[in-house]
Amino acid sequence: MALKMVKGSIDRMFDKNLQDLVRGIRNHKEDEVSDRRIKQELKQDNIAVKANAVCKLTYLQMLGYDISWAAFNIIEVMSASKFTFKRIGYLAASQCFHEGTDVIMLTTNQIRKDLSSPNQYDTGVALTGLSCFVTPDLARDLANDIMTLMSHTKPYIRKKAVLIMYKVFLKYPESLRPAFPRLKEKLEDPDPGVQSAAVNVICELARRNPKNYLSLAPLFFKLMTSSTNNWVLIKIIKLFGALTPLEPRLGKKLIEPLTNLIHRYGGRCCFFHSRLVKCLLGGSLSLFPDARCLCVQKLRILIEDSDQNLKYLGLLAMSKILKTHPKSVQSHKDLILQCLDDKDESIRLRALDLLYGMVSKKNLMEIVKKLMIHVDKAEGTTYRDELLTKIIDICSQSNYQYITNFEWYISILVELTRLEGTRHGHLIAAQMLDVAIRVKAIRKFAVSQMAMLLDNAHLIASNTQRNGICEVLYAAAWICGEFSEHLEEANQTLEAMLRPKVTTLPGHIQAVYVQNMVKLYASILQQKEQAGEKEAAQEITQLMIERLPQFVQSADLEVQERASCILQLIKYIQKLQVKEVPVAEEVIALFAGELNPVAPKAQKKVPVPEGLDLDAWINEPPSDSESEDEKPKTIFHDEEQRHSKPRHPEMDEEELARRREARKQEQANNPFYIKSSPSPQKRYQDTPGVEHIPVVQIDLSVPLKVPGMPMSDQYVKLEEERRHKQKLEKDKKKKKQKKEKRGKHHRHNSLHTESEEDIAPAHHVDIITEEMPENALPSDEDDKDPNDPYKALDIDLDKPLADSEKLPVQRHRNAEALKTPDSEAPPVEKKTLMVHIFCCVLCLLVRSQSYNGDFCLLSEFRRKTWISGNLQNDSQVTVSVIFENKSTSFLKSMELNVLDSLNTKMLRPEGSSVHDGIPVPFQLPPGISNEAQFVFTLQSIVMAQKLKGTLSFIVKNDEGSTHEKLDFKLHFSCASYLITTPCYSDAFAKLLESGDLHMSSIKVDGISISFQHLLAKICFHHHFSVVERVDSCASMYSRSIQGHHVCLLVKKGENSVSIDGKCSDPTLLSNLLDEMKETLSKC
Amino acid sequence: MINAILVFNNHGKPRLVRFYRHLAEEAQQQILRDTFHMVLRRDEHVCNFLECGSLFGSPDCKLIYRHYATLYFVFCVDSSESELGILDLIQVFVETLDKCFENVCELDLIFHMDKVHYILQEVVIGGMVLETNMNEIVAQAEAQSKLEKAEVSSSLERGAQCRCRAGWALGAVQEDSMLQAVGPGVNGAIPACVSPGRGHRVGAPH
Repeated sequence: MALKMVKGSIDRMFDKNLQDLVRGIRNHKEDEVSDRRIKQELKQDNIAVKANAVCKLTYLQMLGYDISWAAFNIIEVMSASKFTFKRIGYLAASQCFHEGTDVIMLTTNQIRKDLSSPNQYDTGVALTGLSCFVTPDLARDLANDIMTLMSHTKPYIRKKAVLIMYKVFLKYPESLRPAFPRLKEKLEDPDPGVQSAAVNVICELARRNPKNYLSLAPLFFKLMTSSTNNWVLIKIIKLFGALTPLEPRLGKKLIEPLTNLIHRYGGRCCFFHSRLVKCLLGGSLSLFPDARCLCVQKLRILIEDSDQNLKYLGLLAMSKILKTHPKSVQSHKDLILQCLDDKDESIRLRALDLLYGMVSKKNLMEIVKKLMIHVDKAEGTTYRDELLTKIIDICSQSNYQYITNFEWYISILVELTRLEGTRHGHLIAAQMLDVAIRVKAIRKFAVSQMAMLLDNAHLIASNTQRNGICEVLYAAAWICGEFSEHLEEANQTLEAMLRPKVTTLPGHIQAVYVQNMVKLYASILQQKEQAGEKEAAQEITQLMIERLPQFVQSADLEVQERASCILQLIKYIQKLQVKEVPVAEEVIALFAGELNPVAPKAQKKVPVPEGLDLDAWINEPPSDSESEDEKPKTIFHDEEQRHSKPRHPEMDEEELARRREARKQEQANNPFYIKSSPSPQKRYQDTPGVEHIPVVQIDLSVPLKVPGMPMSDQYVKLEEERRHKQKLEKDKKKKKQKKEKRGKHHRHNSLHTESEEDIAPAHHVDIITEEMPENALPSDEDDKDPNDPYKALDIDLDKPLADSEKLPVQRHRNAEALKTPDSEAPPVEKKTLMVHIFCCVLCLLVRSQSYNGDFCLLSEFRRKTWISGNLQNDSQVTVSVIFENKSTSFLKSMELNVLDSLNTKMLRPEGSSVHDGIPVPFQLPPGISNEAQFVFTLQSIVMAQKLKGTLSFIVKNDEGSTHEKLDFKLHFSCASYLITTPCYSDAFAKLLESGDLHMSSIKVDGISISFQHLLAKICFHHHFSVVERVDSCASMYSRSIQGHHVCLLVKKGENSVSIDGKCSDPTLLSNLLDEMKETLSKC
Repeated sequence: MINAILVFNNHGKPRLVRFYRHLAEEAQQQILRDTFHMVLRRDEHVCNFLECGSLFGSPDCKLIYRHYATLYFVFCVDSSESELGILDLIQVFVETLDKCFENVCELDLIFHMDKVHYILQEVVIGGMVLETNMNEIVAQAEAQSKLEKAEVSSSLERGAQCRCRAGWALGAVQEDSMLQAVGPGVNGAIPACVSPGRGHRVGAPH
């Protein structure tokens, strides 16, 4: 009794369960959380205690503790026999296992065991766990098991298995094609849950690569009209949304069922409206202007709804329509601007997104003005940053297409610099640079604004550490320096740049400051020299010499280097100045020439000139070891080359990568490389020779230099006035024209064709497109993200399955033992080596010999066998033989031996001779049957094979035991090498067109069975599949295990059948046709 | 695909964390905090969708959430999920919890995190929706708890002191003692969520 009590208390010590743990944590008992207690529990042999500990760990994981150290214990709990513990283990595993967990490979067999467990919940729990931590290895090893589960008897397992297949596809894309037919089957599963799971998976797949799933459209169409499950309906409609752009006819078909759906779900119609709209997207919409208007109208109702969720969805759907049909949305501008005032940030962001697509030349200024008001009002930096980027996006889209007045744009940018704490300073800076460089007419104005920014730098850079906005100073300094000829008060700007405060700016900005100071200095010097003010010139040099040392002391290396370089230069200039030598010309020559914007992809697009091999060495590289160098080269020259060759490409690549990286770095730091909008469009051609002609007559009433910080509003007003004036002028002109026209009918017919809607830009702006190399290749490949995890799923599902595309199956042990040494590959390669093919009928003809009349082997049987083809060697065929003991005696020590032919050999264990038989791994009591497998290697499969064999065994009965023998023949027909492979008609046609196939034909008379029946016979006996059937004519396809294509054209006459065959091997074809003739003649 | 399912209370304390994409624990906690702050900022009568931008590293990510009494249920999904569909799913999930726990409240989630996980596993696996029919979910969850009960009782019969888990089997017995044990917390944050009696009913939407 006492002993029991002691034991009980010890038990209790380890018995704290999850609830106790939670309670402890809530009472702030550190003790409960300590790993020590749990670690102690994990060490116990009792699985219940261990499970308890793992359960607690799962809770701790939620709180942010890393529990990966317990991975092995988790696996232990997973392999418990009880469901209760197993479930705990799998839950913990699903929370903390991932691809990097090294013990995960230990789980493969456990999971496989659980998957095939008779208890559906064991299987279910394993599937659930697997869905969270499936790795490429697990996916490969278990794909076949999961696929089998897809046709499990319990729908509960089926639906889980179907869903997990998607995870398997992601990790092991090769499995998609073999598994797809079964997935398709599941779309028509009797259980709605399984159906929904299959729809779910196909929708996920189709999102990445819709065109592969176009052929499923009719099936989904049927589902949509029949299904009552909302979830399935939503998914199908989403899927159609992805498919309609590819197949415009679909949209037309969809309208009716969708309208029905809307009526059916009267109360929830709003919900379906938004779906409807999304789904009708694409080409179909343009066919049905009515539907489109209807959609947009319905959406308007949604957006005006008081329910915020519907409002949001309405806006979301509208942005989808906007992409294809901007016009139909533009009329709702008022509504969308109204949404900008909504208190809900999600809705405001959506509205912003819509605005992007809605701007035109006419409304750009108005919209941006509204947005600027919001920027001022906005609370919270995220939304304000979003607004800022949107403003810049809107203005710069399609190469500044909608901007008519760049002065206005520059002033907007300058206004935006007043935002505090934004992260997007670099964005504004990039815009300033881009505009100043590419719009020549605006440079003067831009420079004046930038000079002002530099002057007020203290306002911008007040808090440099956290403030991203100081980036604009980078742009300002560069613009002022580069275009210093436009500066009116260069002296003042130079002084602003030399202020001590500048040294608090980030290094890269200071570097630009230093560099551009010199540019400024050079232009000032030139001015002064030309004016003959020698003293002023010397004064400015002195100023530089006085102030530059503060940059020489900079901690930033770049700044330091540039500053000291320049300081020396200026000191030298000073010396020359003292000697009264004119220096300005030479200094300015340092910065002569224009810098052109280069498109970001320009370098990549330079085509490689013909005959240039970039990988070839220009000079042979010096050999690696010195000792080799010392040797007389003439003797070892050849050998040396051979040795060092293989190493070259590697070094080459490494070097190239390094240089590329360095170049990228350089470009990134180089202000002369300007990133620009992604689609350079030549809108205004840069006409050579007239660059500097001021194209526009700038109205004198426009004050180009605005005192203080510029206000964009002024420009809005001015622009309005200008437009008005323009309009008036145009009207006047038109009237004049009309008058003229009355007089002279033939003139001015094409001069003013533009509509009044078109607003001429204020400046005849000269937007320079970025430079691209001549004969640049228009390639857009680089737009694709190479890291997209879903790219691997872009697989053509219509191609017929190749024999290599089978899911790996766990092989039986004795079959593996039979492998010859040369077919045994290292384990890593094994997965690619061994491929398994199901579905081939071999007929094993066993000559029945009734020995003493007591027993016989099965006289003649046909059964399905596994044939495993080995791609790298010749094909291997596995023959399954069923042995049935029909006698009353006990059979043991069975050995099967076959007389090998040149072509076909039985695989025997290592070290045994051709005369040794292979032992059958079981004994047969009376009346029992069992199956054994034997592997054969085949050289050629073009001819049928017959092998003689003997089965020897010992018969044991009461009287004693005797040794007996039984002879048989093994018949490999040509048809048995074929694998039923589905083939689509287009692939079939392509195959026939290719012209590498040999042709042969036969004709069989006296056939009375129906055509349908006939085709079925060919399919069954010869493993063909019907590609297409028209009346009494059908095309069929099959494929041999060695990859020969076999195509048949079967025609039925009144009493005869003719078969035309095409095959890549003529012998195989003729043999096949002979066999076929035999089959048919039996009909 | 659903990227993550998070349940936390009004103070950001996690009650259920389920990621369908592996992330390190610190990253998970960071996302939890960010999500909590984002959701907390929002008014009562705004929409249930939130574009979370760079939370998961890809722009294609949305938070869909519902607020019940003291708990936020947040699903992070990508664009292949229907917003209203997921909103429905949250409701289904919460109603299922309500059925399984009989008037579910935050305390149930606190003390039976494993059980909540098992129920969730019948609704969503691997980020994909498995079942939306509540009766089916409840039936499967109960069948499994029965199986567990049978195992526990059989092992008790065998005399083994298997108090390993309260979970489904012993949960009901311990409920009262648990409430006493929780008592008034030391930290002000916790008692706020433990309302008098059995706490707020979570089942009905706010």
